[in-house]
Amino acid sequence: MVGNILEMRSITKLFPGVRALSDVNLSVRRGEIHALVGENGAGKSTLMNVLGGVYPHGTYSGQLVFEGEECSFRTIHDSERKGIVIIHQELALVPYLSVGENIFLRNERSRGGVIDWDKTHRDAAKLLELVGLKEGTRTAVKDLGVGKQQLVEIAKALSKNVKLLVLDEPTASLNEDDSEHLLGLLLDLKAKGVTSILISHKLGEVVEVADSITILRDGATIETLETSSGDIDEDRIIRGMVGRDLVDRFPRREPRIGETAFEIRDWNVYSPLSPDRRIVKDASLTLRKGEVVGLAGLMGAGRTELAMSLFGRSYGVRVSGSAFKDGRPVELRSVRRTIDQGVSYATEDRKTAGLNLIGDICENITIAGLGKVAERSVIDRDREAKVAEDFRSRLKIRSTSIRQKAGDLSGGNQQKVVLSKWIFTMPDVLILDEPTRGIDVGAKYEIYSIINQLADEGKSVLFISSELPEILGICDRIYVMNDGRIVGEFPREEATQEGIMKCIMQSVRENGNGKH
Amino acid sequence: MGSIKDLLRNNVRQYGMLIALVFIMLFFQVATGGVLLVPMNVTNLVLQNAYVFILAIGMTLCILTGGNIDLSVGSVVAFIGALSGTFIITLDMGVGASIALVLAVGLVIGVWQGFWIAYARIPAFIVTLAGMLTFRGLTVFMLKGLTIGPFPESFQQISSGFVPDLIGGEESLYNWTALAAGAALALLFVLSESIQRGYRRRNGYESLPLPLFAAKLALTVGVIALASYWLASYRGIPVIFIVIGTLVAAYSFLTTRTVPGRYLYAMGGNEKAAQLSGIDTNRVLFLAYVNMGMLSAVAGIAVASRLNAASPLAGQNFELDAIAACYIGGASASGGIGTIVGAIIGALVMGVLNNGMSILGIGSDIQQFVKGMVLLLAVAFDVISKRRAR
Repeated sequence: MVGNILEMRSITKLFPGVRALSDVNLSVRRGEIHALVGENGAGKSTLMNVLGGVYPHGTYSGQLVFEGEECSFRTIHDSERKGIVIIHQELALVPYLSVGENIFLRNERSRGGVIDWDKTHRDAAKLLELVGLKEGTRTAVKDLGVGKQQLVEIAKALSKNVKLLVLDEPTASLNEDDSEHLLGLLLDLKAKGVTSILISHKLGEVVEVADSITILRDGATIETLETSSGDIDEDRIIRGMVGRDLVDRFPRREPRIGETAFEIRDWNVYSPLSPDRRIVKDASLTLRKGEVVGLAGLMGAGRTELAMSLFGRSYGVRVSGSAFKDGRPVELRSVRRTIDQGVSYATEDRKTAGLNLIGDICENITIAGLGKVAERSVIDRDREAKVAEDFRSRLKIRSTSIRQKAGDLSGGNQQKVVLSKWIFTMPDVLILDEPTRGIDVGAKYEIYSIINQLADEGKSVLFISSELPEILGICDRIYVMNDGRIVGEFPREEATQEGIMKCIMQSVRENGNGKH
Repeated sequence: MGSIKDLLRNNVRQYGMLIALVFIMLFFQVATGGVLLVPMNVTNLVLQNAYVFILAIGMTLCILTGGNIDLSVGSVVAFIGALSGTFIITLDMGVGASIALVLAVGLVIGVWQGFWIAYARIPAFIVTLAGMLTFRGLTVFMLKGLTIGPFPESFQQISSGFVPDLIGGEESLYNWTALAAGAALALLFVLSESIQRGYRRRNGYESLPLPLFAAKLALTVGVIALASYWLASYRGIPVIFIVIGTLVAAYSFLTTRTVPGRYLYAMGGNEKAAQLSGIDTNRVLFLAYVNMGMLSAVAGIAVASRLNAASPLAGQNFELDAIAACYIGGASASGGIGTIVGAIIGALVMGVLNNGMSILGIGSDIQQFVKGMVLLLAVAFDVISKRRAR
C-alpha cells in the first residue's frame, strides 16, 4: 500500500444519547497534508480521539488501518508507538520544565535510568533547529509564547519518529506571523515525508496548504475534496460544512446612527507586570448610538487590554484618561459601577473568564444583574427563571432547559449565554471581545444577528475581532489598533481588508509591534 | 418539565446521600435491635452532634467560595470555651454578657483570619493551620493547662436544656408542646408551599406537577411528624435543637435565595468570571470567614455548655468532622457546589455511624476506620459518576 498511510472505515462512535460519529470514512495518502473541517460538534475531535487511542478499541465500531495493518489501540501510547502523534488545542507541556525536558518527557535520554542532560539538550537543540525555533533548550516553557510552545510540541512529536502528525486547531491562538511559520513548517515536514492531518476553522489556510480536504457534518463524512482539482475555495468548503449555500455570511442591517453615546480621550494603560511599560497609548475613540464599531488589529495590539481597562479597570495599572457617557464625564473605577453606568464587556475567553461552567444557564444569565430580579437582596426565583427562559428562546440557546449546566453546552450556545448575561444588564454600550472565536459558521451568523438587533435598539457595540472579514461584514466604522495606539479609522464604505492590513503594516514599520 | 429533570440531575448526589442515610439508619436500627431510633437515643444523637451541624454550616460557605477550608475551628471552639469559662467561672461575670462577649470575639477571629485570606491572599489552608496552632496555644495558656468548671445552671441549659412543656405539664405521656410545634411547622410548610404553587400557576411560572407536589408535601410532613413524635416521646424539644433549626433555615435561605448566597456559588464556580460580573470576590471570601468565626463561637458555647467545663483539650478534630460532613453531603472540593442541607445530611451520616457503632460496642479505632472509608467512597462515587456522565 503505497497510496494510503491511514484508512478509517465506517467508524461509528456512540455516546449516551448521542451518535457522535456514524459510518465515517477517512483516507489519508502518504506524504500529504490532509485537512479535516466541519462545524463545532461535527465530530472532528471525536474522530481524532478514536485514531489516537483516547477511545480504546472496542468502544467504537469500524476499522482502523494504519500503514496497511489493522490496529486496535487501547491507549495513546499504543498509537504513538506506531508513529501517530496528536497535538491537541490545549497544549500538553509542563510549564515549569525546560524546553529540552518537555521534548523528551516520558522518552528521556538516559543511561541506566539516569538522565543524560548533555544528550538531552544536544538532541533537543537539533529538533528545535528542525522546527525553526530560535530558543535555548533550557528555557522554561512558561516563558515562551503560544506560537513557540506549539513548535516545541511539534519538536516533541518529531522526537518520537512521527509518521502521521495530527494538529487540532494549531493556529487558533497564533498571530499572522506565527501562523505563517507553522504552516510553512508543515510544508517542510511534508517534503521530509511526514504526513499530517490539519484540523482548522481557518479555511483560508486550509485552502493554502492542504492537498485534500475531508468535510464532516453531524458526525458523518460529507465529501473529500482535492485541492489539485483547482476550483476549491472557501465558499465551496463552507457549502459542504453547512449543507447549504450561505448566500450571505453576514445578516443585513440598515444602520440608524444617532449621537455620540460613549467616548474616551487620551486613554493610557500601563502593564501590571512591568509598570513602566505602556500598553495602551493615548487612545481616543467614540461610539455612537445604534452603531457597530470594529476594533481591528493583530494579536497583542492592546485591544483586549484597552477594553478591560475601560471595564472597571479590570486590567492594567496607572490607568489615565477621560471617559464620557452621553456627553457627561464618567468614572469607571469598579466593574460594578461600570455596569451600572451602562457599559458592559463580554470577555474573549468565555471558558476561563466568561462563564461559571458548573453553574446552570439561568444562574449565568442573571449573575451580573441580580439586582433586577431581587428585592432587598432576596432573589425572586420565578422572575429569574422567566428572564432566563426568555433569553433561551430569544437567542435560541440550544439546551435541555435553563437548568442545564453551562459547561455542557456547545461553544456557540455558551457564547449566547454570555451575550444574554450582558444584554440582561441592559447596557447602552456593549464591548464584545472576539465573540465568535471557536464557534461554528451557523452560530456565528446567529451572533451577528443578535449584534444587529442590539444596534437596532439604539445600543452601541464595540466589536473586537481578529478576523477581518467579519469586521468588514458587520461594522459601520472600524478603528485599527497597533502597538497600543489607534492608528487608523475607516468608515464602512472605505474599508477593505487590504486597506486595514496596509494601515497595520505601516504602523508596524514606524513603531514596531509591542517591542518596547 | 425539562428544567425539573435537569434540577434532579444536578442534585442527584444529594438525593443519593439522603437515600444512603436512610439505609444506614435502617441497618443500625435492625443491627441494634431497635435501640438506634428509640426516642432517647434520637435526642441524644442531636445533642452529641450539635457542634458538627453548626460548624458544617459555616464550613459549607467557606468551601463554596472555592474549596477553601477552615482548619482552625476546633481550636477556636476550645478558645471560646476557655474564654467563657474565664468570664463566667473565674471572673463571675453574667452569663448573657459573657455570651455576647465571646460571640464578639468569634467575629474578631473571623475578621482576623478573613483579612489574611481574602485581602492578603494567603492560602486559607495556611492561615487556618496557623490559627489552629495559635488558638490552641492561647487556650492552653489561658487555662494554664487545667480544666475549669462547672458552669452555672443557666449556661448548662443551652446544650442540655429542653423547652418546658407548657401544654401537657409534667405527668403527660407525650410532650404536647413538641407535638404542637411539629403540627404548626407542618401546617406552615403546607400552607406556604400551596400558596406559592397557586401563585406560580396563576402567573404562568413553572411549578411541580401535582403528584410530585403531593409527594413532596407528604414526605416533608412525614419527616416533621416523625421528628416531633420522637422528641415528644422523650423530654421535648432540646434548646440547642431550636438553635440548630434556626441556623439551618437561615443559612439555607441565605445560600439559595439571596444575592450574597448566589455570589458564593458564582465565585466558587469561576472566580475570574465572577469578578468580571461585578462581584467583589475578596469581600465575599472575607465575609465567609468572618461568618465562620462567628459560628465557631456559637459551637464553642454549645460545646462548653455540654461538657459543663472549659477544657484545653476541647474541640480536637472538630474541623475534620465539619469538613467531612460537607464533602459527604455533596460539596465539591474545588468550590461552587454544595448545600447547607447536604452538609446536615453528611453530618447525620457521620453521627448515625458513630452512634450506631457505639451501641454495638464497636471500638473507636474501627469507628475511625469506617468513617474514613465512608468519606473516601462518598467522594470517589461522586467524582467517578461525574466522569462517567461526560
